[in-house]
This record gives sequence, structure tokens and C-alpha cells, in this order.
Amino acid sequence: MQARMPSESPACETVELQIRRQDGPTTKPYWQTFVCPVRPGANVVSLLMDLREHCVTQDGTRVDPVAFEHNCMEEVCGACAMLINGSPRPACSALIAELEAPIRLEPLPKFPVVRDLMVDRAALFAHLKRVKAWIKLDGPWDVHERAPRVSPKEWQANYLYSRCMSCGCCMAACPQFGPQFGSQFGPEASFVGPAPLAQVRLMNAHPTGRYDKAERLHAIMADGGLSDCGNAQNCVRVCPKAIPLTTAIGELGRETTLQAFKDLFGPH
Amino acid sequence: MSGGQKGGQVIVIGGGLGGLWATLAIAAAGHRVTLFSLFEVMRSHSACAQGGINAVLDGKGQHDSVQQHIVDTIKGGSYLANQPPIQSMCEDAPGLIRTFERMGVTFSRTPEGLLDQRLFGGVKNKRTCFAGASTGQQLLYGVDQQVRRLETEGQVAKQEWWEFLSIVRDDDGVCRGIVAMDLRSLEVRAFRADAVVLATGGLGQIYAPKTTCSTNSTGAAASRVYQQGARFANAEFFQFHPTAMLGADKTRLMTEAARGEGGRVWVPKDPADRRAPLRIPEAERFYFLEDWYPSYGNTVPRDIASRAIWKVTRELGLGIGGGDRVYLDLTHLERGFVSTRLGAILSIYRKFAGQDPLTTPMEIFPAAHYAMGGLWVDYEKDPATGGMRRGSPRNHATSIAGLYACGECDYAYHGANRLGANSLLSASYSGRVAGEAVASYLSGLERGADAAPAASFDAETARQAEINQRLMRSSGDQNPFRLHRELGELMTTKVGVIRDNAGLDGAIADLSALEQRFERLDLGESSTWANQSLAHARQVLDMVRLAQVMAASARARDECRGAHFKPAFDIAMPADSFPGEPAFEAYRERWKANNAEWLKTTLAEPGPDGPQIHFEPVDLGLLAPEQPRDYR
Repeated sequence: MQARMPSESPACETVELQIRRQDGPTTKPYWQTFVCPVRPGANVVSLLMDLREHCVTQDGTRVDPVAFEHNCMEEVCGACAMLINGSPRPACSALIAELEAPIRLEPLPKFPVVRDLMVDRAALFAHLKRVKAWIKLDGPWDVHERAPRVSPKEWQANYLYSRCMSCGCCMAACPQFGPQFGSQFGPEASFVGPAPLAQVRLMNAHPTGRYDKAERLHAIMADGGLSDCGNAQNCVRVCPKAIPLTTAIGELGRETTLQAFKDLFGPH
Repeated sequence: MSGGQKGGQVIVIGGGLGGLWATLAIAAAGHRVTLFSLFEVMRSHSACAQGGINAVLDGKGQHDSVQQHIVDTIKGGSYLANQPPIQSMCEDAPGLIRTFERMGVTFSRTPEGLLDQRLFGGVKNKRTCFAGASTGQQLLYGVDQQVRRLETEGQVAKQEWWEFLSIVRDDDGVCRGIVAMDLRSLEVRAFRADAVVLATGGLGQIYAPKTTCSTNSTGAAASRVYQQGARFANAEFFQFHPTAMLGADKTRLMTEAARGEGGRVWVPKDPADRRAPLRIPEAERFYFLEDWYPSYGNTVPRDIASRAIWKVTRELGLGIGGGDRVYLDLTHLERGFVSTRLGAILSIYRKFAGQDPLTTPMEIFPAAHYAMGGLWVDYEKDPATGGMRRGSPRNHATSIAGLYACGECDYAYHGANRLGANSLLSASYSGRVAGEAVASYLSGLERGADAAPAASFDAETARQAEINQRLMRSSGDQNPFRLHRELGELMTTKVGVIRDNAGLDGAIADLSALEQRFERLDLGESSTWANQSLAHARQVLDMVRLAQVMAASARARDECRGAHFKPAFDIAMPADSFPGEPAFEAYRERWKANNAEWLKTTLAEPGPDGPQIHFEPVDLGLLAPEQPRDYR
């Protein structure tokens, strides 16, 4: 078939993409270079989408389309996070015009590669379970009573954390998180990571979520919990939603200290 | 409830608001759920809903009432939706909001710490609860967290990275399970279930790239069960959201709340005016929505706003610089207020357009957004209340026994046009109702899926595996991604905001030609691991087949109603004439005569020569169509 790109506008600019590819979870990664036309407003996801239609490397070899994840393309679903020029970030909001060329794309580190730029973030969701990142309801039915009030100020603080889309960027940037840090208690006791910690902060602030505050704090006082944080501050620097992850971690530090005292001296 | 030793086994397909609510309701009744999702649950398109969710709380001093919510919804949909489901949805909305609040959803607050509410389109009262401008994301995460808890208790199991391919029916035609494909290993496998709930969302990708929808909103799952005999209803009714960003890859949504909070839509009176927008004096701006609809102004319903923008740009040639764009202006509003209440869209616009809506008016144009039509679902009317009978197994049942549908993939609540902030409501509410209906269905089920013959599962699995093998062997010249692009162009041009029968005939012929080209497919890869081209090719073919249903349904309806607009059959409301005046009353009679002919639900079923279209009456028991929609 003819090599025709989706662009409607003639003679557009091009950019060089260097992509780290991997055919499967256990195969060796390799690099391929592509030269892609760039339309105005193009981003990494739109380039990868265009590339699917005609996946030919710089040296003219036709290769398999690059596997990658994307869905909303407006930085709210969290699917498309990858390493772009060495930084973890959502690919959809990485505008080509703002990136240094050639653009290097790699899968999000710390998570097992599925194929090419797709990774398996199951660890993130397992850690959300570990810290009990939910409010305990009696059931999903109406109890004919509303939840207690929340002041606008509290709302503003909580809303920062509730916008976490579990993209995994903070986990990828964290020097303490990753499969290589499986502790003596097994991988499930490895560092829980910044995103789940911030959810503990959020759930503990809810007027009824507070009821299970001690349980959540105990979860992050255990092995692989809060004390594994090395305070590198990478997480807060890469978060695409500017979530104050280190503030949450600081607050949780105080809370866990208090909890430790309560555990020692309080009623059991 | 743990271990799930008692109770039935249900499959829910889709992890958006509808699917997760159905899961919660089914689990609450003591049954086990296997939840299928194309990707990690929590990444569904529900996350993209911005502005809010409607529920009458009457906390803004406007004497709002559930009755008014019902009337607004019925009229917003041009009377096309059955009224019992609308009544029940509006009645249950406040309870749903309370439940979301208990889940920890970060709803925006009044100074007193109560739920704040704002104005949305097609209504006069502040009725929309919201969480900044990321309401869908917040609601989705609320139910996602609850389902995650059920997962740890063993009552819900997730099958992420699995794509639904088809249902399996027993010899009596009852749905007894599904066939799905592992998107990594490409394994095709059958799963038994006592009931199946489809919560697979919308189909905006049929109009790609000019759509606000996520790339997974393909409609393929709904198309697949349609092809297996499930009825599809009102397929011609598809909403174009008036205010989407311009974009070559996607047209990103700028919430209707922007106008609800005071945003104004305008164009320069002189399309050749090249001045920066804020340098154009008030007197040289045309606020056409305020001018044409002084009563509702910028918050007219979406079908009306989209057509007004169409008229300004395409008919009057008044688009900015003569093009397909108008201004959505927030610059006159207090910045702190806008940042608190609309922060999420400000950030999207800044990131993707490189400009700040606080200091520069946004440039927007209508884009494909929401399917009012969808899988036909039943309901049982409760004669005592006029609403749906609670817990009836008929509620949200498709035309195939044992198969339920909820959320955007059903057709039930929005008639010919959906009101803003009613979709998060209908997705949540219908999910819960479908879940409750499934529980009732299971209690009346004489034998479960275990008793169904293995042959039907084996045969369907073999059929689906064979489709994959044929695609993997393909050696033609037609690229699936390119076919998708052509589908989007075709539908946007010919089955879009404005329709005519010649164009629709053309669309039907073009779609048929497009379908033929799948015979000459070139998949572009033969990898047997995480082959995304294979999954996409299958989706695009099913999208083409669903597009045929949309085009055929649009062709069959010779009138203007809500989002379906055929100018050749327009009964225009007389300008400057109002109820009680002779010109308006004459119009009312023509409008009623048209209703007598066309106020009916479109039904599509697969036939040998394409979709077979027929109609069924609408239940108008609550509000007879006496008042034409009038937002002037």
C-alpha cells in the first residue's frame, strides 16, 4: 500500500522518534528509529497513532506497529504514561513542539514490560489494596442520610489527592519502589510507593473514612511502608497532576508517630 | 459476604460507572461477579465527564423539585424517551448522590460544607452536583474503590485486558455466558455466567478524530450483540457537544459548566476581524446564543447550541476568521472562582492549546460526544407510582434473555437529546437498576449456566477463533487504522449535525463499500502476543456495522427531533411569536401532527439486507406532548 500519512496538510515538519521495543515480557529490548510527520499540536500519543498506519523505520524496514496504551488523550485516564526523554509522564500531554528531538520513548520503568511501551501496573493496584484505599460502606444502597459536612478548605486539600489517576509516574521515578526491592517478606512487602500513600492521606481525611485510620496507618507502618521512603522527592517533581505527594508523606509521618504512641499507651 | 459460596455467577463487561455500579448491586445481593475490562479498571471514559451530575437537592433557594427535573429531562429529549424510567431516575438521584458522598467522592462544597450545585444547560435551576471540573473521574474512583474492596473479599474477580467478543446462547436462546479474548496472549475462551451485563459505554470513535470520546469508546461490544440479534434503539440520535477544543488527534471537551458558571459564546461581528479577541469591543461582538435565546442564553440544550454554532459558522459565515470556530469566553469572570470550579478544563486547555482561558477566550466547535441511542432495554412499569417497578427482572433487560445493558450502551433515558449532567446520573442509576434486576432474574432462574450444553460454548469459541485466524492470515492492502479514519470522516460529513436523505443514502452505500474492503485487509502485523492491530481491526469492522444501523435509522426518520436534524422536514417555530398567539398556535398544531406520525422509538434488528427498521410507541403517561420545546 502507498505510504500515505494521515496528515491533510502538505509538507509538514518531521521529528525523529527513538523507541525502545520489546516483543514480550521475557525477550530482549531493542531500539528502532522512526521519522514521523508532525502536525500542529501533535503529541506523543498522536504520533504513535499515526505511526500505526504505516510503521516503517528510518531505514525503510516495515515493522510491527508499536504497542502502547492510550485512552482519553486528555491526561485524565492515566493509561499512557511512559518514559519520554528519560522522564516518566503521560504521553498524550507531551507535546512534540515542547520536546527536545530526537525523542526517546521507553516503557515506564519499575513495572514489568508487556510489549513495547505497554507495562503491567498490577503492583500499583495491589498496593492500593494493601493500604485499604477505600471508605468502608455498609452497602451501596441509600441509607437516607448524607455523609457529614466537609469545609471548603478541607475539600480543597482533599481534592488535590483525589485527582490521582494511578498513572504510575511517581512510582516509576521513586528510587525506593520497584521489583528489585522485594524485601525478605516477599514482593508484597516491597515499598508501597507514593501514590498509595497519598490515598491513605485522602481516606483518613474523610469524615467516616477516619474510622479506619488506625488500620491504614498500621498498613503503612509495616515492612515496606512509610519508613522505606528515602525522601528523594522525585515523586512530587514528576506528578502530572501536581499532587503534593511529599506533603502527604510528611503528614503521614506525623500520624504514624502518633499512632505508634497510641499503640504503646492507648487502650487495646 | 465472602467466599461467594452461595449465589449465582454474573459477568459484567465494562469498568466504567455503569459496570461498577452493576457490580456493586449484584454483589450486594450475594452473587459473585467477574468484571471484564479492556484495560485496567478505572481508566474508562466515565473519567472524562467533567461538569457534574444532576440531582434535586433544592439547596440553592430556587424551589427546585424532582417533578421539574423529570419535565426538563423529558422535554430536553424531545419527548422521545419512555417516561417511567425517567421518573424513577430523577426520584432516585438524591439517594445516589448521598451514596457517592458516603463513598468519599470529593464533591465541591458551599461555605457551609454542604454539596454545592451549579447551573447546566436546558434547565433554570442549579441542580448539578460537581467535583471541580473532574466529576466523572471522582465518581468513577468512588465506585472503583468500593469494587476493589469487594475484590479483596473474594466477591469480585477482575478480568482486565480481556475483550468481549460475543455472547453464548443455549438452545432456548438464553444468554449463558460469553466468549472473550485475552488481549495479551490472544487466547479466545468461553466463560459461563448465569447472567451477563453489558456496560460498554458509548461509540463516539465512529466519528474519530472529531470526537470528545476516548479511543476505547468504539461501540464494538454493543455492535456484536446487535449482530447476534439484540435490538438496537434510536441509533440516529447522537449528541454533538457544542464546545469541544479544536484538534487534529482529538477534539477535547470543554464542559458545559463553563457556560453554566457564566461563560459566554460569541463571534466577532466581522469575520475578517483579525484583532485579538479581547481587543474587540463589546459592540462589535455577536453573542448569538444570548441574542437568539434570551431566556436560556448560553445554557440552551446541546442540540440547540450545536446547531446555532453550525448556523453561525456554516450558514452565516461568521466563524472566527471565516472558519469552523467560535469563542467560549471566561475572561470576564472572577479568576479565583473559575479556577476553583473549572480548574480541570483550564489545565486541559492550557496544556493542549498553549493558552490560558483566564486571559484569552477559548476557541471551540461542536464534536461527536454521546449516543442517546443504544441497546434496547425493557422496563416494568409500576402502575401505582408511574415509575419503574423496583427490582423487576425486566428492567434493563435487552431483547435477549439473560443479557442486560446499562450506561451509555443502552438507550433508555435521554430520548432525542441528553441534558448535560444527566449522563453521570443515568450511567450510575442504570447500573444499579440493572444489577438489582439481575439479582431478581437469578432468583427466578430454574437452572444456571452450569447446566448449559458445552457444545454451544465450544462452537462459539471456535467461530471467534476462526475470525482471528482469518484476520491474522490476511494479505490484502487495506490498513485497519486507515479504514477507521475513513469511517470517521464519512460519518462526520454525512451522519452529523445536519442530515439529508441524499447524503444518508450516500453514507449507506459508502459504509457498505467500507465493509467490503475488510475482505482485503492488511493487518500489518502477525505477532501472537499483545497484537493491538488484531483487536483494532475487529473493532473497526463492528463499528462499521453499527454505523450502518445509525445511518439506516437516520434515513428512516423524516423529521427533526433533538439531535436528529433534517432541514427538509423542519417545522420551524415562528420567530417573534409566543404561546397564545395565532402563529404560534398554528405551529403547535403542526408540531402535534408531526408527533402523531413520528413520536416513536426507532428499533433496528439485523436482517439479510442490512438493518431492519421498525418502530414502537413511547410511554407518555406522565407528561403529554403539549408544549413544544421553546428555549427563547
